[in-house]
Formats: sequence, structure tokens, C-alpha cells
Amino acid sequence: MAKFTTLTSHAVPLTADNVDTDQIIPARFLKVTEKHGLGDSLFSDWRYHEDGSPREDFVLNQPESQGAQILIAGHNFGSGSSREHAPWALVSWGFRAIIATGFADIFKSNALKNGLLPVEVTPAVHKELMQAVQLDRGTKITIDLPTQSVTGLGSLEATFPIDDFSKHCLLNGIDQLGYLLAFDDQITKYEQQRT
Amino acid sequence: MKPRTLFEKVWDAHVVAQEPDRPAVLYVDLHLIHEVTSPQAFTGLRERGLGVRRPDLTVATMDHSTPTLPKALAVIDDQAKAQLRMLEQNCEEFGIELFGLGSQYNGIVHVIGPERGFTQPGKTIVCGDSHTSTHGAFGALAFGIGTSEVEHVLATQCLLQRKPKTLEVRVEGQLLPGVTAKDIILALCAQIGTGGATGHVIEYTGAAIRGLDMEGRMTVCNMSIEAGARAGMIAPDDTTFEYLQGRDRVPKGADWDAAVERWRALKTDVRAKYDERVVIDANELEPMITYGTNPGMGMGISGSVPSLDSFGESSQQVAFEKAMLYMDVEPGKPLLGKKVDVVFIGSCTNSRIGDLRLAASVFSGRKVADGVRTLVVPGSHDIKVQAESEGLDRVFKDAGAEWREPGCSMCIAMNGDNLEPGQYAVSTSNRNFEGRQGKGGRTFLASPLTAAASAVTGKVTDPRSLLLS
Repeated sequence: MAKFTTLTSHAVPLTADNVDTDQIIPARFLKVTEKHGLGDSLFSDWRYHEDGSPREDFVLNQPESQGAQILIAGHNFGSGSSREHAPWALVSWGFRAIIATGFADIFKSNALKNGLLPVEVTPAVHKELMQAVQLDRGTKITIDLPTQSVTGLGSLEATFPIDDFSKHCLLNGIDQLGYLLAFDDQITKYEQQRT
Repeated sequence: MKPRTLFEKVWDAHVVAQEPDRPAVLYVDLHLIHEVTSPQAFTGLRERGLGVRRPDLTVATMDHSTPTLPKALAVIDDQAKAQLRMLEQNCEEFGIELFGLGSQYNGIVHVIGPERGFTQPGKTIVCGDSHTSTHGAFGALAFGIGTSEVEHVLATQCLLQRKPKTLEVRVEGQLLPGVTAKDIILALCAQIGTGGATGHVIEYTGAAIRGLDMEGRMTVCNMSIEAGARAGMIAPDDTTFEYLQGRDRVPKGADWDAAVERWRALKTDVRAKYDERVVIDANELEPMITYGTNPGMGMGISGSVPSLDSFGESSQQVAFEKAMLYMDVEPGKPLLGKKVDVVFIGSCTNSRIGDLRLAASVFSGRKVADGVRTLVVPGSHDIKVQAESEGLDRVFKDAGAEWREPGCSMCIAMNGDNLEPGQYAVSTSNRNFEGRQGKGGRTFLASPLTAAASAVTGKVTDPRSLLLS
């Protein structure tokens, strides 16, 4: 997993709450047996016309969005299906962090295992960030994981929560399975006690 | 000992290790896998040179992209074919039991788990599928996981989990005729929204829940995820034990008696506290239907679609306006009488024998309206055989509905069963997201009774108008 320490980038503003994982990547793209290459299918039904040409009115297709590594989304981002293809597609497009007022549980868990940082901020901070980014698409936002802070708009400085373990894994690029495998003896003991 | 909730009892019994400031290492009793969310997990295992720790606690089925047309088990495309073949190879290589396409026990993962008796009270059950919450109906702690976690469980039989909070959803009273388990859960989603239970495990309690059979309880727990919950649970009781007794994989003889005695302790202690509580009065419920593009956008069937000004937050207004545009329904107007093109009866929410009997009770002696395409898709091969032995297939076919082979079918539209752009469907499935049932398709979620009634009239219909006539 890629390390995450500090990220400074312009952002893509995606308004609307409850963006579900079927929108992030529709089910017809789940027939793959690999993780990579899903970036082109990200938000597919919102992003392309019937003939496959990009919709100019969709935010991801606008020239200002290119190269952005931060997505500012609405509340309860990633609801619905447990498909890990959703964070795979977001990462494949180039996102490293998502700012929202709340995330669906499974999506958040999946994102953290793929070096994609869910940044949960208060509604007031969210509003300020969203408005600033909509006003000036070049606005740079800095997300600093060691201090768990979001800065960038003049005096705006906000913090976000993350559990110690996920933070530790992201900062060091550690895969969670490695940690789990170290419990082999205890798992064996647990299994023996139950039989 | 401190009084504990049902959830806490199951959780505590499965904690293998818990270091300070770290998630718990939680043991998994049953790992269900299917073709769509497992390939990359097996690839990960191979890359690390790991094996499957407990193939005996792992069960596989094929359901998401499998065809449902009778006698034509042609898989939709090469990609789906490759995915199915990969599951077959993975199961063979690692010694995992597979109920593949054509097996007499094949079916939707959340239907065959309980049906074969793999699902039992007090177990921890996971699957790379959000509707794993279904199994909580038996007093199991069951939840959906991502593919990385599928790999974790394959390798270690454990997961790293932070303890969720608890939410009691108390459903008092009794359901009126024509109102079903599906209407309870759609009412909950409408009341608390799709993110309302985020971070929580729901325990459903109350007289209306106790009064449901196991199939109804599965329908309720199935859609816990649509309210954002990590899982949904119902304490096991005699209804649970009667359902399970004699099924393939449950203990037999004296072991069965011992198991039942153990399972009876799986209930929330009198003085135990939930973090949150929501109360629903079943007597007040009518058949529910969704009008928008998430399961929280629902209402009583005789009601009207809300208007924009009923949403306070601007981001909610954006979502509502987007939903109205997509659904092309009018704010402030009723849905009753709205023309429908397709009716889908199936999915892990509502494809069990009781659901099919309810639908058949409406279709019996009636015809599907002209121009309406109706699909009835049983949840498993076992249910298909049972339905046919009761003559339900004849009722559906005589009415003009299509009787299909088991699978997820039009709930997720990966297998060639899908809506055409612009079509309206009344569906017994669990998600009305944009494009969920086919690109551009529009879904109204409802119970099997409401779906069947709408198929017969060709319009969104209150089933009570047919049942009482």
C-alpha cells in the first residue's frame, strides 16, 4: 500500500449527498478479475454520453479537474454495495483523499486499505471548502495526516478524526494483513479452545 | 456480570485478541464467497504465498452474473465466464465447497446460507457482499466486507474490526393485512435515511418482529445496510429453531438439543443499554414504496412525493432534485396510478418461498397487464423446486409472468436481465440507485404484494385494493 503523509492538491467538487458505490462504479464493470484499470469507468453513468463521449457538464470532465487528487463529496459518501472496486476506481483515476461530512462504513474501511484517505469534517468546514473550491477551482488544499489537519483557505484550519491503527498503516504504507498474520498462534489457541 | 446486548454477546465470544489502540482480531465462523468479489482476494493470497486457513468454514456459490433463462445456461459474456471459471478453479485449488451453476443447491448466497443450515445463531458470518446482514435474522453477527477483507479472512479466518455501536429498532404492534416485512424495513429507511444507522449494529425487537416468520425477518435484516447499518440482528427464538431443525448443516440429535440450549441465551439482557433507539408502530404502517434514487426516499403508497422545500440542507436538496430529474416523477404528487413497464420479483431481499406465495396470491386468477414485463426469479434452486411442487410456477406463467432460474438477476443487472433506459419498474429488490437495474432504468422498491398488484394493473397499485376486492 502507498504511504500517505501530506497531500497538497486542487480538488474536484461533487455536490449531492448519499453518492452510492453503484454511481462510483456501475455493476457492469465488476466482471473483472484484476484491481487495476478501473479509472476510466469511475462515475461512468454520470461521466459519459450514450455513445461513450464525455459529458462536458460533469465535473470530472472539466479541464480544472484534471490532475486533482482530492474529491470533495457530500454526506454519506460511498453508501450501498461493499464493492472495493469503488476505491480501486477512485485511486486509479488519481484521487488520494476524499473530504466529506460522513462516509458509509464499508466504503471507509475499503478506502483505508487502498491508501485512499477519508477526511471527515464538520458541515461548517465542508461548506467553506466546497464554496471556496467552487469559486476558484485552482484552490489548493493541504491534508496533513500526522497532525490530522486540513488547511489551505486563508485562516481555515480544521482537524479530522482517524483511528490510530489506520493512521499508523497509512503513514508507513503497511498492509493490514501483515499485522493480522502475526496473530497466528493466538488464532490457533482460540480455535483449540472452541473445539 | 455487566448486562450485555445480543450483539455484545456474539462480539465478545469472537474476540481472539485486542491490543490497546488497535482494532479487535475477530474470528469468523462462516465465510461465504461468490464470483464477483473474490478473484482479486485469491490473487493476493497467491502473491504472498498464503493458503486458505479454514476451507471447511468457507462456502462458495455463483449468483451475481449467472443466467436465469431456463435451459439456456449461457453466460452473458466472456468476462463473466472467466470470472465464474476463476471461482471454480480457486475452490478446487483450495478445497472450498462450491454450489456452482447447475448444482441442485445453487442460489443467491444469502438465500442458500440459511436454507442449507450454514447460517446459525451466535455465528460470525461475513461475505464480500453488503447484504450479508440478512443472516442476522438468526441472531448471527453478519456483515459485508470488501475484497481486501475477503483476503484477510481466507488467510487468517479473522478480521480487524472496531466495535460498532448499537441501535435498537423496536417495532411495536402488529402489521395490518397487506403490509409485510418489506414495508417495515422500507419505513425504517424512510425514517432514518440511508446513513441513519452508520457505525451501528441494529437489533430489531418488539412484537411485530417476533410475529414475523424467518423469511420476513431475513427481509428486514437484509436491508439493514440500506439504512447504513453495519449489521442487523434478531434474537433467536422458537421460530428460529423450528426453521433450522433438520436442515443439512445444523447439529443433529443430542448436539441439536445442546445447540438450542446455548442459542436460547443469545438475547439482550434486561438491563443492557443500546446506544440509540428508534421506535416504529407497525399498526400505523401501510404498504411502502420508494419514489427516488436511494432506499431512504420512500413513503406510504397512498402518500405523495415530497416537495423540495421539505429538505432543509442544500446538499439534500441537490440530491432530491437530481433524483426527481432521474426518476421523472413530480414532487408533491402521488405515485399511485403511475404506469410501470417491468415488475421484478426476486433478489436476496424477497425471493424466498413465502415471497413467491404472496405474489402468487395476487396473480392467481388474474393476468399481467398488457405491455408489462414481469420476471419472477426464485432465490435458489431449492425454492424453485418447492414453488413448482406447489404449482406456483403455473400461477405465474398462466398470469403471463416469466418464471426464471435462480440468481441475483435484475437486482444488480449483471447477467443480461436489465431494464431499458427510461423504463419504470416496481421491484422487490433492495436498491433503487440510478442505473442499478440497468442503465437509465427507474426503480420503485416495494413488497412482493405491491409488485404483483402493480404487474396486474400495469400501474403503481396499493395491493390492498386487490386483496380486499
